Amino acid sequence: MTKQLPLDTYFMQGNQACAEAAITAGCKFFAGYPITPATEIAEHLAKRLPQTGGIAIQMEDELAALSAVIGASWAGAKAMTATSGPGFSLMQENIGYAFMTETPCVIVNIQRAGPSTGQATKCAQGDVMQARWGTHGDYTPIVLSPNSVQEMYNLTIRAFNLAETYRTPVILLADEIIAHMREKITIPPSNKIKIINRKKPKKTDKTFFNTEEIPPMPSVGDGFNVSVTGSTHNEQGHRYTADPIVHRQLVERLVNKINKNANQIINHEDHNIENCEIIIISYGCTSRAVHETIELAKKRGINAGSIRLKTLWPFPEKTIQTLAKNAKMILVPEMNLRQIFYEVERTVHGTVPVLPINKIGGGEMITPEELLTEITRSVNNIE
Amino acid sequence: MMPKRVEVRISGLGGQGVVLAGEILGRAAVYDGKYAVQTQSYGAEARGSTAKSEVIISDKKIGFPKVRKCDILVTMSQNALNKHLDDLKENGILLVDRDKVKEVPKVKAKVFGIPATRIAETELTSRIYANAIMLGALTKITGIVSEEAVKKAIIDSVSKETKETNLEGFGKGLGLAE
Amino acid sequence: MNKFSIRKYLRDMPLPFCPGCGNPTVMSCFLRAVHELGYEDLRKFVFCSGIGCAAWIPSPYFKADSIHTTHGRSIPAATGVKLVRPTLNIVVFGGDGDLVGIGLSHLIHAARRNLDITVIMVNNMIYGMTGGQMAPTTPFKAKTTTTPYGNFEHPFDTTSLIVAAGACYAARWTTFHVEQLREAMKKALTTKGFAFIEAVSQCPTAFGKRVGLKTTKELLQWFKENSVPLQEAERTAEKDLAGKIVVGEFVSRELPTLTEIVHETIKEATNDA
Repeated sequence: MTKQLPLDTYFMQGNQACAEAAITAGCKFFAGYPITPATEIAEHLAKRLPQTGGIAIQMEDELAALSAVIGASWAGAKAMTATSGPGFSLMQENIGYAFMTETPCVIVNIQRAGPSTGQATKCAQGDVMQARWGTHGDYTPIVLSPNSVQEMYNLTIRAFNLAETYRTPVILLADEIIAHMREKITIPPSNKIKIINRKKPKKTDKTFFNTEEIPPMPSVGDGFNVSVTGSTHNEQGHRYTADPIVHRQLVERLVNKINKNANQIINHEDHNIENCEIIIISYGCTSRAVHETIELAKKRGINAGSIRLKTLWPFPEKTIQTLAKNAKMILVPEMNLRQIFYEVERTVHGTVPVLPINKIGGGEMITPEELLTEITRSVNNIE
Repeated sequence: MMPKRVEVRISGLGGQGVVLAGEILGRAAVYDGKYAVQTQSYGAEARGSTAKSEVIISDKKIGFPKVRKCDILVTMSQNALNKHLDDLKENGILLVDRDKVKEVPKVKAKVFGIPATRIAETELTSRIYANAIMLGALTKITGIVSEEAVKKAIIDSVSKETKETNLEGFGKGLGLAE
Repeated sequence: MNKFSIRKYLRDMPLPFCPGCGNPTVMSCFLRAVHELGYEDLRKFVFCSGIGCAAWIPSPYFKADSIHTTHGRSIPAATGVKLVRPTLNIVVFGGDGDLVGIGLSHLIHAARRNLDITVIMVNNMIYGMTGGQMAPTTPFKAKTTTTPYGNFEHPFDTTSLIVAAGACYAARWTTFHVEQLREAMKKALTTKGFAFIEAVSQCPTAFGKRVGLKTTKELLQWFKENSVPLQEAERTAEKDLAGKIVVGEFVSRELPTLTEIVHETIKEATNDA
């Protein structure tokens, strides 16, 4: 039985929309640890999950939270945790474990100002590279970036769908502003929402790892005698650490199953992108300033366009390379001291100048006026 | 006539319910068929630090969600007024809780002093209802949301136990502004 | 009952343990306990283990579902499995480093929650897999590779700790006491609630040789001579128990389990909704 909210328009908080979306996506297990500004997700699910036959539990720390989520996923439940920067750091080892063991799960990180306790109640976008490179070893994460309450809902469902499709952990990388903001949101009827469930093995299947790009996933307790390990393993899941080829094939497949399907995963929203001279590449709360900026720029005779990233990884390299050919400059505003900027710079490889616009502290957003000042100055510099 | 886009800032101390007041205002606007965004800022302490809640109401989808220059400023503490007054537009509207804000500098904006805390304490059992009174005054003075929508938003936003008193406070606020 | 055959429960692969290691003894005691409880196979079990030699007892050698987690996190993983599949028997195997070093908080919290699982801790008093470093269970003054002047610290009395944390069943035996160990495992597996077994075990490779007990025989002799039954220990002055291994059943009781409470709550919440 799945009880979900009736079709309607709501004025809802981002974290609450995330929690409701998890229920709609079929989440049956949540484990978390309190941390500002993600706590409302745990609070909401603590109340709502039991009503839908699901389990919500508060663990002793974030290490335990993600471990419990991984255990629940192997027991057959769609599972999620939610945290912020410091807790996300504690989860990194198990994010690598989930990647290596091909455990579908959703990790929500509501970013706040760090490092360390930093400004715990204030917004920032400083965990972008942590989301990409936070665990050890070679891996490719899927990282989604919502910029509205509606997208907290839509992308949480997508995070579950991607996790189940690719048998991998998916990170929903939101920020304090989007998480705590209340906004108008429309929840579509359940038959209009696409829900994807993991591929289950046939009764006769004996191998659940390394045989195909995305192998079927059994649940423990279903008689498959599945052995799960974070060590390098063969197709049965047995530890097999002596052979360089086995490791190479395993890790390359895990990375490639994401990279080869990048076109299906990558998603961005483009605005006025044909033949504009300035491209603004943004994501999350920062992108909320961009449309107004483009309008303001137009009044000054500057033709600017926008690529708004809804997936941070895989990174939309091809799109950016193509669009960069006609642009005079790319601007990358972020509430950090340059993170996606470097990714853009690497992608365009010197073909067009890339300008970082950065602001940190106090949760203060980069305003359309500030962005306009930077655009005007950079246009003047070009000319 | 109501402008197409209104930016409101409600400010005070943590515990005065400014975030809740903003939430109710935004929800009411959505019930009126408009777009609304509410954001907030607060310290790490649960009580006593400065708190602000911002609401943007518009006929069109809202991009930048933070208030830069507000059309309407509501302040429920002297510190909050001192901090935010510069951000009020010249021809804006200023509502202060008269019991908490003793000094209001001369401004071009229209100023309304509401005895919200006193009435909440003497007529409604607790000063925690001052926010509902301010919301009533705001609704009456500015007309940015309908009274019916605010009432429905109050019912959908507060606990069952405090629903009646909040509605009563809202009604008193409407009356005060007349 | 059919005759016991350990092969029935094991995958056909060579075990990874050093000659003279205590892990095969613990493994054999456990599988005999399972056999004597009437389980013909391990279908109703899920095994969770972390990192270390003892974590290799079930994974992947048991013909069963097993989750070999990150270091110290076997118990929270088991928490997720048990809550989602409450009818399965969840057994955690781990060493002392895994369960009371890096993973201690999870062990205590699982006991406090009365999570309905069995935890079997093989205590060899050392980090064996990494070559013999000091563990939170290493005896005072013992020399290890990271305590070359002798251990500055005192070891945990893990079983007493777990009793205090709320376990329903807790017992400590050594690999010398195979009969008692097997019986304790049977009781643990049939206990409703959190059950904990501490199996003090020998590591001739990384522990014995450094403390002057070079062979398995010498280590087992040491266990035999140093073990004090719990009832006797209760009558003995604390100073006389220094360096001794107190063995026996520390607690056996019944309390409502986390699994029961969570699933009752779900039932009520679903009806209310």
